[in-house]
Amino acid sequence: MRKERPKNLDLSTVKFPITATASILHRVSGIIVFIALAIFLTLLNCSLSSAQDFQSVQGYLDLFIVEFIFWGSLTGLAYHAVFGVRHMIQDLGYWEEMDSASLSAKVGFGLTAVLSILAGILVW
Amino acid sequence: MVKVAGTFGRSGVHDYILLRASAVILLAYILYLVGFVASADITYQVWTGFFSLTLTKVFTLMALVAMLVHAWIGIWQVLTDYVKCTLLRGTLQFVLTTVAFAYVIFGFVILWGV
Repeated sequence: MRKERPKNLDLSTVKFPITATASILHRVSGIIVFIALAIFLTLLNCSLSSAQDFQSVQGYLDLFIVEFIFWGSLTGLAYHAVFGVRHMIQDLGYWEEMDSASLSAKVGFGLTAVLSILAGILVW
Repeated sequence: MVKVAGTFGRSGVHDYILLRASAVILLAYILYLVGFVASADITYQVWTGFFSLTLTKVFTLMALVAMLVHAWIGIWQVLTDYVKCTLLRGTLQFVLTTVAFAYVIFGFVILWGV
């Protein structure tokens, strides 16, 4: 038996492939959207109550912290939606090889970045 | 033998279909909302007018029910992967699914009088 088998226990030399990063972020964004839904529903409830409450919601949306959370949630939603669509296209048998999966993940990141910027324009 | 009692569907295949069916509904609802926000100059009148439409009410509540199914299955998938302690996992599953249920009820309450 060969004693000198290769070992690679230095975790700093092990890297996630881009497809794994895309997958874990899909889970993370799902959790973010689930939590953000509480905020969205609360704001919706307030905004539909009366004209005064609608105005106060508009007032909250002028606060930087609220704007930032709103933008972050929309970005999470955009990511989850984009990669959900990618996932369903993969269900149909496309983009299952390493090359095409990596490329579609990169395109997904790019698309999310564009949607994130658009969400930023909407919020600010 | 029951192996997946914590999730929503009757089997893995059932979960698979439900997760995607609910995803399609949610995507359609997102596009509906984005289309409205992008096309309208939003004032209080326009906003309440949009949410008083029967189409919007039905679509919103349908999306929230789809969210319940989608989140139920998704939460189960994530928790079974990362939380090994059965008591903690079961508790988290119960609490988070209850929150998802509360979202649905909240949706009914919000849209009731609009």
